[in-house]
Amino acid sequence: MAQIFSYILHKDGVVDDTALELAAAAKKIDAGATPNAIVVGSGDSLDAVCNEMVASYGEVWKVANDAITYPDAEMIRKLLVNILPADSILLFAHEHLGMDLAPGLSVKMDSAFVSDVVDVEGADGATLKLVRQEFGGAVSAHVTCDASQGAVMTMRPGAFAADESKGAGGQVVDKSAEAGDLAVNRKFLEIVEAEAGDVDITKSEVLVSCGRGIEDEENLEIAFDLAKAMGADVSCSRPIVDAKWLPKARQVGTSGQTVKPKVYLACGISGSFQHMGGIKGNPFIVAINKNPKAPIFQVADVGVVDDMLDFLPELTEKIEEL
Amino acid sequence: MEILVCVKRVPDTSENEIELNGAGNDIDRDDLVYSVNEWDNYAVEEALQIVDKVGGGVTVISVGDDESEEVLRREMAMGADKGILLSDDAFEETDGRGIAAVLKAAVDKGNYDLILTGAQADDGAAQVGGMLAAMMDVPFASLVNTIEVDGDKLKIGREIEGGNQEMHEISMPCVLSIQTGINEPRYVGIRGIRKVASVEIPTMGAADLGVDAAAVAARVKRADYFLPDLGEGAEILEGDTDEIIEKLIELLKAKGGLK
Ligand SMILES: Cc1cc2nc3c(=O)[nH]c(=O)nc-3n(C[C@H](O)[C@H](O)[C@H](O)COP(=O)(O)OP(=O)(O)OC[C@H]3O[C@@H](n4cnc5c(N)ncnc54)[C@H](O)[C@@H]3O)c2cc1C
Repeated sequence: MAQIFSYILHKDGVVDDTALELAAAAKKIDAGATPNAIVVGSGDSLDAVCNEMVASYGEVWKVANDAITYPDAEMIRKLLVNILPADSILLFAHEHLGMDLAPGLSVKMDSAFVSDVVDVEGADGATLKLVRQEFGGAVSAHVTCDASQGAVMTMRPGAFAADESKGAGGQVVDKSAEAGDLAVNRKFLEIVEAEAGDVDITKSEVLVSCGRGIEDEENLEIAFDLAKAMGADVSCSRPIVDAKWLPKARQVGTSGQTVKPKVYLACGISGSFQHMGGIKGNPFIVAINKNPKAPIFQVADVGVVDDMLDFLPELTEKIEEL
Repeated sequence: MEILVCVKRVPDTSENEIELNGAGNDIDRDDLVYSVNEWDNYAVEEALQIVDKVGGGVTVISVGDDESEEVLRREMAMGADKGILLSDDAFEETDGRGIAAVLKAAVDKGNYDLILTGAQADDGAAQVGGMLAAMMDVPFASLVNTIEVDGDKLKIGREIEGGNQEMHEISMPCVLSIQTGINEPRYVGIRGIRKVASVEIPTMGAADLGVDAAAVAARVKRADYFLPDLGEGAEILEGDTDEIIEKLIELLKAKGGLK
Protein backbone atom coordinates (compact mmCIF):
# COMPACT_ATOMS: atom_id res chain seq x y z
CA MET A 1 0.00 0.00 0.00
CA ALA A 2 0.99 3.62 -0.58
CA GLN A 3 2.77 5.62 2.10
CA ILE A 4 0.59 7.25 4.71
CA PHE A 5 1.32 10.80 5.89
CA SER A 6 -0.29 12.72 8.73
CA TYR A 7 -0.31 16.51 8.66
CA ILE A 8 0.65 17.65 12.17
CA LEU A 9 -1.14 20.64 13.71
CA HIS A 10 0.95 22.61 16.17
CA LYS A 11 0.99 26.06 17.71
CA ASP A 12 3.82 27.77 19.62
CA GLY A 13 5.67 24.46 19.83
CA VAL A 14 2.69 22.59 21.27
CA VAL A 15 1.50 19.60 19.25
CA ASP A 16 -2.26 19.27 18.82
CA ASP A 17 -4.02 16.21 20.30
CA THR A 18 -5.00 15.11 16.80
CA ALA A 19 -1.36 14.27 15.93
CA LEU A 20 -1.52 10.95 17.79
CA GLU A 21 -5.11 10.35 16.72
CA LEU A 22 -3.99 10.48 13.09
CA ALA A 23 -1.21 7.99 13.91
CA ALA A 24 -3.88 5.65 15.27
CA ALA A 25 -6.05 6.17 12.19
CA ALA A 26 -3.08 5.42 9.92
CA LYS A 27 -2.56 2.09 11.67
CA LYS A 28 -6.21 1.24 11.20
CA ILE A 29 -5.76 1.79 7.47
CA ASP A 30 -2.64 -0.38 7.33
CA ALA A 31 -1.67 -2.22 10.50
CA GLY A 32 1.77 -2.98 9.11
CA ALA A 33 2.61 0.55 8.09
CA THR A 34 4.83 3.00 9.89
CA PRO A 35 3.10 6.23 9.02
CA ASN A 36 5.03 9.40 8.30
CA ALA A 37 4.38 12.92 9.55
CA ILE A 38 4.62 16.31 7.90
CA VAL A 39 5.51 19.28 10.08
CA VAL A 40 5.38 22.69 8.44
CA GLY A 41 6.19 26.04 10.02
CA SER A 42 9.06 28.27 11.03
CA GLY A 43 11.23 29.16 13.98
CA ASP A 44 12.84 27.21 16.80
CA SER A 45 9.65 25.60 18.00
CA LEU A 46 9.46 23.62 14.74
CA ASP A 47 12.36 21.39 15.77
CA ALA A 48 10.77 20.69 19.13
CA VAL A 49 7.59 19.56 17.35
CA CYS A 50 9.56 17.35 14.94
CA ASN A 51 11.58 15.78 17.76
CA GLU A 52 8.40 14.97 19.62
CA MET A 53 6.86 13.32 16.56
CA VAL A 54 9.71 10.87 15.88
CA ALA A 55 8.39 8.75 18.75
CA SER A 56 5.13 8.19 16.89
CA TYR A 57 6.03 8.39 13.20
CA GLY A 58 8.62 6.70 10.95
CA GLU A 59 9.80 9.68 8.98
CA VAL A 60 9.00 13.19 10.11
CA TRP A 61 9.19 15.47 7.11
CA LYS A 62 10.14 18.90 8.32
CA VAL A 63 9.51 21.91 6.13
CA ALA A 64 10.84 25.14 7.62
CA ASN A 65 9.69 28.19 5.70
CA ASP A 66 9.43 31.77 6.94
CA ALA A 67 6.51 32.42 4.59
CA ILE A 68 4.46 29.88 6.55
CA THR A 69 4.85 31.27 10.04
CA TYR A 70 1.06 31.30 10.13
CA PRO A 71 -0.42 28.04 8.73
CA ASP A 72 -2.01 29.36 5.55
CA ALA A 73 -3.89 26.63 3.72
CA GLU A 74 -3.36 28.06 0.23
CA MET A 75 0.41 28.01 0.65
CA ILE A 76 0.60 24.69 2.44
CA ARG A 77 -1.46 23.07 -0.31
CA LYS A 78 1.07 24.19 -2.91
CA LEU A 79 3.92 23.01 -0.76
CA LEU A 80 2.41 19.56 -0.24
CA VAL A 81 1.81 19.12 -3.96
CA ASN A 82 5.47 19.96 -4.50
CA ILE A 83 6.91 17.51 -1.98
CA LEU A 84 4.58 14.51 -1.72
CA PRO A 85 4.52 11.31 -3.79
CA ALA A 86 1.38 11.42 -5.97
CA ASP A 87 -0.25 8.22 -4.72
CA SER A 88 0.15 8.97 -0.99
CA ILE A 89 -2.59 8.59 1.57
CA LEU A 90 -2.78 11.92 3.41
CA LEU A 91 -4.51 12.41 6.73
CA PHE A 92 -5.63 15.74 8.17
CA ALA A 93 -7.71 16.66 11.19
CA HIS A 94 -11.24 17.71 10.25
CA GLU A 95 -11.02 21.24 11.61
CA HIS A 96 -10.76 24.67 10.04
CA LEU A 97 -7.32 24.25 8.49
CA GLY A 98 -8.08 20.79 7.12
CA MET A 99 -11.38 22.02 5.71
CA ASP A 100 -9.57 24.89 3.98
CA LEU A 101 -6.72 22.84 2.63
CA ALA A 102 -7.71 19.26 1.94
CA PRO A 103 -10.51 19.26 -0.69
CA GLY A 104 -8.45 21.35 -3.12
CA LEU A 105 -5.36 19.29 -2.36
CA SER A 106 -7.14 16.12 -3.45
CA VAL A 107 -7.88 17.74 -6.82
CA LYS A 108 -4.31 18.95 -7.26
CA MET A 109 -2.95 15.49 -6.35
CA ASP A 110 -5.65 13.76 -8.42
CA SER A 111 -6.52 11.69 -5.36
CA ALA A 112 -9.82 10.53 -3.90
CA PHE A 113 -11.21 12.66 -1.06
CA VAL A 114 -13.19 11.69 2.03
CA SER A 115 -13.88 14.12 4.85
CA ASP A 116 -14.88 13.87 8.48
CA VAL A 117 -14.04 10.18 8.77
CA VAL A 118 -15.05 8.79 12.18
CA ASP A 119 -13.74 5.23 11.79
CA VAL A 120 -11.65 3.05 9.52
CA GLU A 121 -12.83 -0.53 9.09
CA GLY A 122 -9.84 -1.57 7.02
CA ALA A 123 -8.55 -1.85 3.48
CA ASP A 124 -9.28 -4.32 0.71
CA GLY A 125 -6.38 -3.81 -1.67
CA ALA A 126 -6.48 -0.13 -2.53
CA THR A 127 -10.12 0.21 -1.45
CA LEU A 128 -10.47 1.81 1.96
CA LYS A 129 -13.54 1.03 4.06
CA LEU A 130 -14.50 4.03 6.14
CA VAL A 131 -17.29 5.24 8.38
CA ARG A 132 -18.81 8.73 8.23
CA GLN A 133 -21.87 10.38 9.68
CA GLU A 134 -24.56 12.31 7.83
CA PHE A 135 -27.50 14.53 8.74
CA GLY A 136 -25.84 16.01 11.79
CA GLY A 137 -24.94 12.60 13.22
CA ALA A 138 -28.46 11.14 12.97
CA VAL A 139 -27.16 8.21 10.89
CA SER A 140 -23.80 6.69 10.02
CA ALA A 141 -22.68 5.52 6.58
CA HIS A 142 -20.17 2.96 5.33
CA VAL A 143 -18.10 4.53 2.59
CA THR A 144 -15.63 2.96 0.19
CA CYS A 145 -12.77 4.96 -1.20
CA ASP A 146 -10.69 3.93 -4.21
CA ALA A 147 -7.22 5.01 -3.10
CA SER A 148 -5.37 3.48 -6.06
CA GLN A 149 -4.36 6.99 -7.18
CA GLY A 150 -3.90 8.19 -3.61
CA ALA A 151 -6.34 9.58 -1.08
CA VAL A 152 -6.75 12.72 0.99
CA MET A 153 -8.85 12.34 4.12
CA THR A 154 -9.87 14.50 7.05
CA MET A 155 -10.43 12.63 10.30
CA ARG A 156 -12.83 13.81 13.00
CA PRO A 157 -10.95 15.08 16.08
CA GLY A 158 -11.62 12.85 19.07
CA ALA A 159 -12.98 9.96 17.00
CA PHE A 160 -9.76 7.91 17.06
CA ALA A 161 -8.15 6.95 20.37
CA ALA A 162 -4.66 8.49 20.38
CA ASP A 163 -1.81 6.09 19.63
CA GLU A 164 0.32 6.53 22.74
CA SER A 165 2.69 3.62 22.02
CA LYS A 166 5.55 6.00 21.11
CA GLY A 167 7.69 3.16 19.78
CA ALA A 168 8.18 4.34 16.21
CA GLY A 169 11.78 5.42 16.68
CA GLY A 170 11.57 7.61 13.62
CA GLN A 171 13.82 10.28 12.20
CA VAL A 172 13.49 13.85 11.03
CA VAL A 173 13.96 14.37 7.30
CA ASP A 174 14.46 17.99 6.29
CA LYS A 175 12.45 18.69 3.13
CA SER A 176 12.67 22.48 3.38
CA ALA A 177 14.71 22.76 0.18
CA GLU A 178 11.96 21.06 -1.86
CA ALA A 179 9.18 23.48 -0.91
CA GLY A 180 9.26 25.15 -4.33
CA ASP A 181 7.18 28.10 -5.48
CA LEU A 182 4.61 29.11 -2.85
CA ALA A 183 3.15 32.25 -4.47
CA VAL A 184 -0.61 32.46 -3.88
CA ASN A 185 -3.42 34.94 -4.49
CA ARG A 186 -4.66 35.01 -0.92
CA LYS A 187 -2.81 36.91 1.75
CA PHE A 188 -3.14 36.26 5.49
CA LEU A 189 -3.62 39.55 7.35
CA GLU A 190 -4.31 38.93 11.03
CA ILE A 191 -6.31 37.07 13.64
CA VAL A 192 -9.19 38.98 15.16
CA GLU A 193 -9.88 37.66 18.65
CA ALA A 194 -13.44 36.97 19.76
CA GLU A 195 -15.13 39.61 21.88
CA ALA A 196 -15.61 38.78 25.55
CA GLY A 197 -19.22 38.36 26.59
CA ASP A 198 -21.31 39.46 29.54
CA VAL A 199 -20.73 36.11 31.27
CA ASP A 200 -17.72 33.84 31.00
CA ILE A 201 -19.30 30.42 30.44
CA THR A 202 -15.87 28.78 30.47
CA LYS A 203 -15.88 29.34 34.24
CA SER A 204 -19.46 28.18 34.90
CA GLU A 205 -19.97 25.08 37.03
CA VAL A 206 -23.52 24.51 35.89
CA LEU A 207 -24.84 25.34 32.43
CA VAL A 208 -28.37 25.38 31.08
CA SER A 209 -27.69 25.18 27.36
CA CYS A 210 -30.37 25.66 24.76
CA GLY A 211 -30.42 24.72 21.12
CA ARG A 212 -32.71 25.11 18.15
CA GLY A 213 -35.43 23.32 20.14
CA ILE A 214 -36.05 26.63 21.93
CA GLU A 215 -37.88 27.57 18.71
CA ASP A 216 -38.31 31.27 19.40
CA GLU A 217 -36.30 34.11 20.87
CA GLU A 218 -39.02 34.87 23.41
CA ASN A 219 -38.77 31.36 24.81
CA LEU A 220 -35.21 32.02 25.99
CA GLU A 221 -36.81 33.36 29.14
CA ILE A 222 -37.61 29.82 30.32
CA ALA A 223 -33.93 28.91 30.08
CA PHE A 224 -32.89 32.00 32.04
CA ASP A 225 -35.57 31.28 34.66
CA LEU A 226 -34.31 27.73 35.11
CA ALA A 227 -30.71 28.89 35.25
CA LYS A 228 -31.61 31.41 37.93
CA ALA A 229 -33.37 28.78 40.03
CA MET A 230 -30.42 26.41 39.69
CA GLY A 231 -27.67 28.99 40.16
CA ALA A 232 -26.49 28.22 36.65
CA ASP A 233 -25.52 30.23 33.57
CA VAL A 234 -27.16 30.03 30.16
CA SER A 235 -25.17 28.83 27.17
CA CYS A 236 -26.35 27.71 23.75
CA SER A 237 -25.64 25.94 20.48
CA ARG A 238 -24.64 27.67 17.30
CA PRO A 239 -28.05 28.22 15.62
CA ILE A 240 -29.07 30.43 18.57
CA VAL A 241 -26.05 32.65 17.93
CA ASP A 242 -26.56 32.58 14.15
CA ALA A 243 -30.08 33.87 14.76
CA LYS A 244 -28.54 36.65 16.91
CA TRP A 245 -30.69 35.63 19.90
CA LEU A 246 -27.64 35.28 22.17
CA PRO A 247 -24.08 36.63 21.83
CA LYS A 248 -21.29 34.47 20.38
CA ALA A 249 -19.57 34.36 23.79
CA ARG A 250 -22.37 32.05 24.99
CA GLN A 251 -21.88 29.49 22.19
CA VAL A 252 -20.50 26.11 23.20
CA GLY A 253 -18.55 24.20 20.59
CA THR A 254 -15.53 23.98 18.33
CA SER A 255 -16.20 27.40 16.84
CA GLY A 256 -17.36 28.80 20.18
CA GLN A 257 -16.28 28.30 23.77
CA THR A 258 -14.80 25.25 25.44
CA VAL A 259 -16.63 24.75 28.73
CA LYS A 260 -15.77 22.52 31.71
CA PRO A 261 -18.86 22.52 33.93
CA LYS A 262 -19.81 19.90 36.53
CA VAL A 263 -23.33 19.67 35.16
CA TYR A 264 -24.52 20.40 31.61
CA LEU A 265 -28.21 20.53 30.73
CA ALA A 266 -28.58 20.22 26.97
CA CYS A 267 -32.09 21.40 26.10
CA GLY A 268 -33.28 21.02 22.52
CA ILE A 269 -29.76 20.29 21.31
CA SER A 270 -29.24 17.41 18.87
CA GLY A 271 -25.65 16.68 19.93
CA SER A 272 -23.55 17.45 16.83
CA PHE A 273 -19.83 16.73 17.19
CA GLN A 274 -19.03 20.42 16.76
CA HIS A 275 -21.21 21.20 19.76
CA MET A 276 -20.01 18.30 21.92
CA GLY A 277 -16.41 19.16 21.01
CA GLY A 278 -16.72 22.23 23.23
CA ILE A 279 -17.67 20.26 26.35
CA LYS A 280 -14.66 19.04 28.32
CA GLY A 281 -13.92 17.61 31.75
CA ASN A 282 -16.53 14.85 31.56
CA PRO A 283 -19.49 16.69 33.12
CA PHE A 284 -22.77 15.08 34.12
CA ILE A 285 -24.86 15.66 30.99
CA VAL A 286 -28.64 15.79 31.11
CA ALA A 287 -30.35 15.86 27.71
CA ILE A 288 -33.88 17.14 27.31
CA ASN A 289 -35.11 16.49 23.80
CA LYS A 290 -38.46 15.62 22.29
CA ASN A 291 -36.91 13.21 19.78
CA PRO A 292 -35.99 9.92 21.53
CA LYS A 293 -33.58 9.16 18.67
CA ALA A 294 -31.62 12.41 18.97
CA PRO A 295 -27.85 11.65 18.95
CA ILE A 296 -27.44 13.62 22.20
CA PHE A 297 -28.96 10.66 24.07
CA GLN A 298 -25.96 8.54 23.07
CA VAL A 299 -23.54 10.83 24.90
CA ALA A 300 -25.68 12.11 27.77
CA ASP A 301 -25.75 10.48 31.21
CA VAL A 302 -29.43 11.04 31.75
CA GLY A 303 -32.18 11.79 29.27
CA VAL A 304 -35.66 13.25 29.42
CA VAL A 305 -37.81 12.74 26.33
CA ASP A 306 -40.16 15.70 26.41
CA ASP A 307 -40.93 19.09 24.93
CA MET A 308 -38.49 21.45 26.62
CA LEU A 309 -40.99 24.30 26.35
CA ASP A 310 -43.28 22.39 28.74
CA PHE A 311 -40.66 20.62 30.79
CA LEU A 312 -38.29 23.46 31.70
CA PRO A 313 -40.91 25.72 33.35
CA GLU A 314 -42.18 22.78 35.44
CA LEU A 315 -38.65 21.90 36.48
CA THR A 316 -38.00 25.53 37.40
CA GLU A 317 -41.14 25.63 39.52
CA LYS A 318 -40.22 22.48 41.44
CA ILE A 319 -36.68 23.71 42.07
CA GLU A 320 -37.99 27.04 43.33
CA GLU A 321 -40.20 25.15 45.80
CA LEU A 322 -37.20 23.39 47.36
CA MET B 1 -19.88 41.96 -9.90
CA GLU B 2 -21.21 38.67 -11.27
CA ILE B 3 -21.73 36.15 -8.48
CA LEU B 4 -22.59 32.49 -8.84
CA VAL B 5 -24.00 30.69 -5.80
CA CYS B 6 -24.06 26.88 -5.71
CA VAL B 7 -27.06 25.49 -3.83
CA LYS B 8 -28.30 22.02 -2.92
CA ARG B 9 -31.71 20.60 -2.12
CA VAL B 10 -31.51 18.58 1.10
CA PRO B 11 -33.85 16.90 3.59
CA ASP B 12 -34.66 19.51 6.21
CA THR B 13 -33.33 18.10 9.49
CA SER B 14 -35.40 20.50 11.56
CA GLU B 15 -38.59 19.27 9.86
CA ASN B 16 -37.75 15.56 9.71
CA GLU B 17 -36.46 12.91 12.02
CA ILE B 18 -33.89 11.16 9.84
CA GLU B 19 -34.34 7.44 10.42
CA LEU B 20 -33.31 4.18 8.80
CA ASN B 21 -35.75 2.40 6.50
CA GLY B 22 -37.15 -1.05 7.27
CA ALA B 23 -34.27 -2.84 5.54
CA GLY B 24 -31.80 -0.79 7.58
CA ASN B 25 -29.63 0.11 4.59
CA ASP B 26 -30.94 3.53 3.65
CA ILE B 27 -32.71 6.40 5.32
CA ASP B 28 -36.48 6.38 5.22
CA ARG B 29 -37.17 8.65 2.26
CA ASP B 30 -40.97 8.58 2.43
CA ASP B 31 -42.53 11.91 3.37
CA LEU B 32 -39.23 13.73 3.79
CA VAL B 33 -39.57 17.49 3.74
CA TYR B 34 -36.86 19.08 1.61
CA SER B 35 -35.49 22.60 1.59
CA VAL B 36 -32.41 24.52 0.58
CA ASN B 37 -29.25 23.60 2.49
CA GLU B 38 -29.01 26.02 5.42
CA TRP B 39 -25.45 27.16 4.60
CA ASP B 40 -26.38 27.86 0.94
CA ASN B 41 -29.18 30.15 1.99
CA TYR B 42 -26.69 32.32 3.87
CA ALA B 43 -24.49 32.30 0.75
CA VAL B 44 -27.34 33.56 -1.44
CA GLU B 45 -28.17 36.31 1.04
CA GLU B 46 -24.52 37.38 1.13
CA ALA B 47 -24.37 37.52 -2.67
CA LEU B 48 -27.51 39.66 -2.76
CA GLN B 49 -26.09 42.05 -0.18
CA ILE B 50 -22.82 42.41 -2.11
CA VAL B 51 -24.63 43.13 -5.36
CA ASP B 52 -26.86 45.64 -3.55
CA LYS B 53 -23.71 47.54 -2.61
CA VAL B 54 -21.52 47.28 -5.70
CA GLY B 55 -23.95 46.31 -8.48
CA GLY B 56 -23.97 43.24 -10.68
CA GLY B 57 -26.01 40.05 -10.76
CA VAL B 58 -26.55 36.86 -8.82
CA THR B 59 -27.04 33.45 -10.45
CA VAL B 60 -27.99 30.38 -8.44
CA ILE B 61 -27.01 26.96 -9.71
CA SER B 62 -27.71 23.43 -8.55
CA VAL B 63 -26.69 19.93 -9.57
CA GLY B 64 -29.72 17.76 -8.94
CA ASP B 65 -32.91 16.30 -10.30
CA ASP B 66 -36.00 18.17 -11.52
CA GLU B 67 -37.13 18.75 -7.96
CA SER B 68 -34.10 20.92 -7.31
CA GLU B 69 -35.86 23.52 -9.41
CA GLU B 70 -38.06 24.40 -6.45
CA VAL B 71 -34.94 25.28 -4.43
CA LEU B 72 -33.59 27.45 -7.26
CA ARG B 73 -36.95 29.21 -7.44
CA ARG B 74 -36.94 29.81 -3.70
CA GLU B 75 -33.53 31.48 -3.95
CA MET B 76 -34.68 33.49 -6.97
CA ALA B 77 -37.62 34.65 -4.90
CA MET B 78 -35.03 36.00 -2.44
CA GLY B 79 -33.68 38.11 -5.27
CA ALA B 80 -31.29 36.03 -7.39
CA ASP B 81 -31.58 37.05 -11.05
CA LYS B 82 -31.09 33.69 -12.71
CA GLY B 83 -31.24 30.00 -11.97
CA ILE B 84 -29.45 27.16 -13.74
CA LEU B 85 -30.16 23.47 -13.19
CA LEU B 86 -27.48 20.91 -14.01
CA SER B 87 -29.21 17.61 -14.36
CA ASP B 88 -28.33 14.29 -15.97
CA ASP B 89 -28.67 10.62 -15.04
CA ALA B 90 -24.90 10.48 -15.34
CA PHE B 91 -24.55 12.84 -12.35
CA GLU B 92 -26.66 10.77 -9.99
CA GLU B 93 -24.10 8.27 -8.71
CA THR B 94 -21.16 10.64 -8.65
CA ASP B 95 -19.13 11.84 -5.65
CA GLY B 96 -18.17 15.32 -4.41
CA ARG B 97 -15.41 15.56 -6.94
CA GLY B 98 -17.83 14.74 -9.75
CA ILE B 99 -20.23 17.45 -8.55
CA ALA B 100 -17.35 19.93 -8.52
CA ALA B 101 -16.40 18.87 -12.07
CA VAL B 102 -19.96 19.44 -13.28
CA LEU B 103 -20.05 22.87 -11.63
CA LYS B 104 -16.66 23.71 -13.12
CA ALA B 105 -18.00 22.98 -16.61
CA ALA B 106 -20.93 25.33 -15.98
CA VAL B 107 -18.68 28.04 -14.53
CA ASP B 108 -16.61 27.92 -17.72
CA LYS B 109 -19.73 28.86 -19.69
CA GLY B 110 -20.24 32.03 -17.67
CA ASN B 111 -18.11 34.92 -16.54
CA TYR B 112 -18.17 35.09 -12.77
CA ASP B 113 -16.03 37.19 -10.45
CA LEU B 114 -17.06 35.39 -7.32
CA ILE B 115 -18.41 31.92 -6.62
CA LEU B 116 -20.02 31.08 -3.31
CA THR B 117 -20.97 27.71 -1.85
CA GLY B 118 -22.24 26.73 1.57
CA ALA B 119 -19.53 25.56 3.96
CA GLN B 120 -21.16 22.12 3.93
CA ALA B 121 -24.46 20.37 3.28
CA ASP B 122 -26.44 17.41 4.61
CA ASP B 123 -23.55 14.96 4.26
CA GLY B 124 -21.20 17.23 6.22
CA ALA B 125 -18.51 16.72 3.60
CA ALA B 126 -17.51 20.39 3.16
CA GLN B 127 -15.74 19.55 -0.07
CA VAL B 128 -17.28 20.99 -3.24
CA GLY B 129 -16.13 24.62 -2.87
CA GLY B 130 -12.48 23.76 -2.28
CA MET B 131 -12.47 21.24 -5.12
CA LEU B 132 -14.10 23.69 -7.53
CA ALA B 133 -11.52 26.37 -6.72
CA ALA B 134 -8.68 23.90 -7.32
CA MET B 135 -10.19 22.82 -10.65
CA MET B 136 -10.52 26.48 -11.67
CA ASP B 137 -7.05 27.23 -10.33
CA VAL B 138 -8.32 30.22 -8.32
CA PRO B 139 -7.90 31.01 -4.62
CA PHE B 140 -10.30 29.55 -2.05
CA ALA B 141 -11.32 30.29 1.51
CA SER B 142 -13.63 28.15 3.63
CA LEU B 143 -15.89 29.00 6.58
CA VAL B 144 -16.13 32.63 5.53
CA ASN B 145 -18.11 34.82 7.93
CA THR B 146 -17.38 38.33 6.66
CA ILE B 147 -16.84 39.72 3.15
CA GLU B 148 -15.84 43.28 2.31
CA VAL B 149 -15.35 44.34 -1.31
CA ASP B 150 -12.19 46.34 -1.94
CA GLY B 151 -11.82 47.04 -5.69
CA ASP B 152 -10.90 43.80 -7.45
CA LYS B 153 -10.02 42.21 -4.13
CA LEU B 154 -12.02 41.03 -1.16
CA LYS B 155 -11.20 41.29 2.50
CA ILE B 156 -12.65 38.21 4.12
CA GLY B 157 -12.83 36.66 7.57
CA ARG B 158 -12.71 32.90 8.19
CA GLU B 159 -14.21 31.47 11.32
CA ILE B 160 -11.65 29.47 13.28
CA GLU B 161 -11.66 28.02 16.79
CA GLY B 162 -13.01 29.81 19.83
CA GLY B 163 -14.99 32.37 17.83
CA ASN B 164 -11.75 33.92 16.54
CA GLN B 165 -11.48 35.13 12.98
CA GLU B 166 -8.70 34.68 10.44
CA MET B 167 -8.56 37.67 8.08
CA HIS B 168 -7.32 37.45 4.50
CA GLU B 169 -7.12 39.51 1.38
CA ILE B 170 -8.13 37.41 -1.61
CA SER B 171 -8.11 38.28 -5.29
CA MET B 172 -10.96 37.60 -7.66
CA PRO B 173 -12.07 35.45 -9.27
CA CYS B 174 -12.21 33.19 -6.24
CA VAL B 175 -14.40 30.63 -4.50
CA LEU B 176 -15.60 31.14 -0.93
CA SER B 177 -17.53 28.69 1.22
CA ILE B 178 -19.93 30.48 3.54
CA GLN B 179 -20.50 29.77 7.22
CA THR B 180 -23.89 30.21 8.89
CA GLY B 181 -24.40 33.42 10.86
CA ILE B 182 -22.61 35.64 8.28
CA ASN B 183 -25.90 37.54 7.79
CA GLU B 184 -29.61 37.24 8.47
CA PRO B 185 -31.18 35.65 5.38
CA ARG B 186 -34.31 37.47 4.26
CA TYR B 187 -37.69 35.88 4.57
CA VAL B 188 -39.33 34.47 1.46
CA GLY B 189 -43.10 34.57 1.33
CA ILE B 190 -45.53 32.72 -0.90
CA ARG B 191 -45.92 35.92 -2.91
CA GLY B 192 -42.23 36.04 -3.72
CA ILE B 193 -42.26 32.43 -4.85
CA ARG B 194 -45.30 33.07 -7.04
CA LYS B 195 -43.55 35.95 -8.77
CA VAL B 196 -40.79 33.70 -10.06
CA ALA B 197 -42.98 30.64 -10.62
CA SER B 198 -42.98 30.99 -14.38
CA VAL B 199 -39.44 32.21 -14.93
CA GLU B 200 -37.67 29.75 -17.16
CA ILE B 201 -34.80 27.86 -15.57
CA PRO B 202 -32.43 26.48 -18.18
CA THR B 203 -31.32 22.88 -17.64
CA MET B 204 -28.01 21.55 -18.84
CA GLY B 205 -26.93 17.93 -19.02
CA ALA B 206 -23.60 16.17 -19.48
CA ALA B 207 -23.57 16.68 -23.26
CA ASP B 208 -24.37 20.42 -23.01
CA LEU B 209 -21.60 20.85 -20.49
CA GLY B 210 -19.08 18.60 -22.23
CA VAL B 211 -18.69 16.49 -19.10
CA ASP B 212 -17.60 12.94 -19.93
CA ALA B 213 -18.20 9.78 -17.94
CA ALA B 214 -14.66 9.76 -16.53
CA ALA B 215 -15.16 13.19 -14.93
CA VAL B 216 -18.12 11.95 -12.92
CA ALA B 217 -16.90 8.42 -12.17
CA ALA B 218 -17.10 8.12 -8.38
CA ARG B 219 -14.02 7.04 -6.45
CA VAL B 220 -15.86 7.51 -3.19
CA LYS B 221 -19.12 5.61 -2.74
CA ARG B 222 -21.59 5.24 0.08
CA ALA B 223 -22.30 1.54 0.64
CA ASP B 224 -25.16 1.92 3.11
CA TYR B 225 -26.53 3.83 6.08
CA PHE B 226 -26.59 2.25 9.53
CA LEU B 227 -26.95 3.04 13.21
CA PRO B 228 -23.77 2.25 15.09
CA ASP B 229 -23.98 0.39 18.37
CA LEU B 230 -22.67 2.99 20.77
CA GLY B 231 -23.24 1.15 24.01
CA GLU B 232 -25.85 2.10 26.51
CA GLY B 233 -26.22 5.81 26.09
CA ALA B 234 -28.26 7.90 28.48
CA GLU B 235 -30.46 6.52 31.21
CA ILE B 236 -33.87 7.75 30.08
CA LEU B 237 -35.94 8.90 33.05
CA GLU B 238 -39.36 7.26 32.99
CA GLY B 239 -42.65 8.05 34.67
CA ASP B 240 -44.99 11.02 34.64
CA THR B 241 -43.52 14.50 34.56
CA ASP B 242 -43.63 14.90 38.34
CA GLU B 243 -41.78 11.63 38.87
CA ILE B 244 -39.20 12.52 36.23
CA ILE B 245 -38.62 15.93 37.78
CA GLU B 246 -38.26 14.40 41.23
CA LYS B 247 -35.63 11.93 39.97
CA LEU B 248 -33.85 14.63 38.01
CA ILE B 249 -33.69 16.98 41.01
CA GLU B 250 -32.14 14.20 43.13
CA LEU B 251 -29.54 13.57 40.44
CA LEU B 252 -28.80 17.27 40.03
CA LYS B 253 -28.33 17.63 43.79
CA ALA B 254 -25.97 14.68 43.87
CA LYS B 255 -23.88 15.98 40.99
CA GLY B 256 -23.62 19.56 42.24
CA GLY B 257 -26.08 20.95 39.73
CA LEU B 258 -28.17 22.89 42.26
CA LYS B 259 -26.78 25.70 44.33
C1 LIG C 1 -17.28 24.41 10.96
C2 LIG C 1 -18.47 24.28 11.84
C3 LIG C 1 -18.37 24.69 13.15
C4 LIG C 1 -19.47 24.57 14.00
N1 LIG C 1 -19.32 24.96 15.29
C5 LIG C 1 -20.35 24.79 16.15
C6 LIG C 1 -20.23 25.16 17.54
O1 LIG C 1 -19.20 25.69 17.97
N2 LIG C 1 -21.28 24.94 18.35
C7 LIG C 1 -22.45 24.39 17.92
O2 LIG C 1 -23.38 24.21 18.73
N3 LIG C 1 -22.61 24.05 16.63
C8 LIG C 1 -21.59 24.25 15.73
N4 LIG C 1 -21.77 23.92 14.41
C9 LIG C 1 -23.10 23.53 13.94
C10 LIG C 1 -23.43 22.09 14.22
O3 LIG C 1 -22.98 21.29 13.15
C11 LIG C 1 -24.95 21.89 14.36
O4 LIG C 1 -25.59 22.37 13.21
C12 LIG C 1 -25.53 22.59 15.59
O5 LIG C 1 -24.78 22.26 16.73
C13 LIG C 1 -26.96 22.18 15.79
O6 LIG C 1 -27.50 22.89 16.87
P1 LIG C 1 -28.76 22.32 17.65
O7 LIG C 1 -28.42 21.02 18.25
O8 LIG C 1 -29.22 23.40 18.56
O9 LIG C 1 -29.85 22.22 16.49
P2 LIG C 1 -30.46 20.95 15.77
O10 LIG C 1 -29.41 20.03 15.29
O11 LIG C 1 -31.45 21.47 14.81
O12 LIG C 1 -31.20 20.19 16.95
C14 LIG C 1 -32.33 20.68 17.60
C15 LIG C 1 -32.79 19.59 18.54
O13 LIG C 1 -33.86 20.09 19.30
C16 LIG C 1 -34.86 19.10 19.42
N5 LIG C 1 -36.10 19.82 19.64
C17 LIG C 1 -36.80 20.59 18.77
N6 LIG C 1 -37.85 21.15 19.37
C18 LIG C 1 -37.83 20.74 20.66
C19 LIG C 1 -38.64 20.98 21.79
N7 LIG C 1 -39.72 21.79 21.73
N8 LIG C 1 -38.32 20.38 22.96
C20 LIG C 1 -37.25 19.56 23.06
N9 LIG C 1 -36.44 19.31 22.01
C21 LIG C 1 -36.72 19.88 20.84
C22 LIG C 1 -34.80 18.32 18.14
O14 LIG C 1 -35.30 17.01 18.33
C23 LIG C 1 -33.28 18.34 17.84
O15 LIG C 1 -32.64 17.21 18.39
C24 LIG C 1 -20.69 24.04 13.53
C25 LIG C 1 -20.78 23.64 12.21
C26 LIG C 1 -19.70 23.78 11.36
C27 LIG C 1 -19.83 23.35 9.94
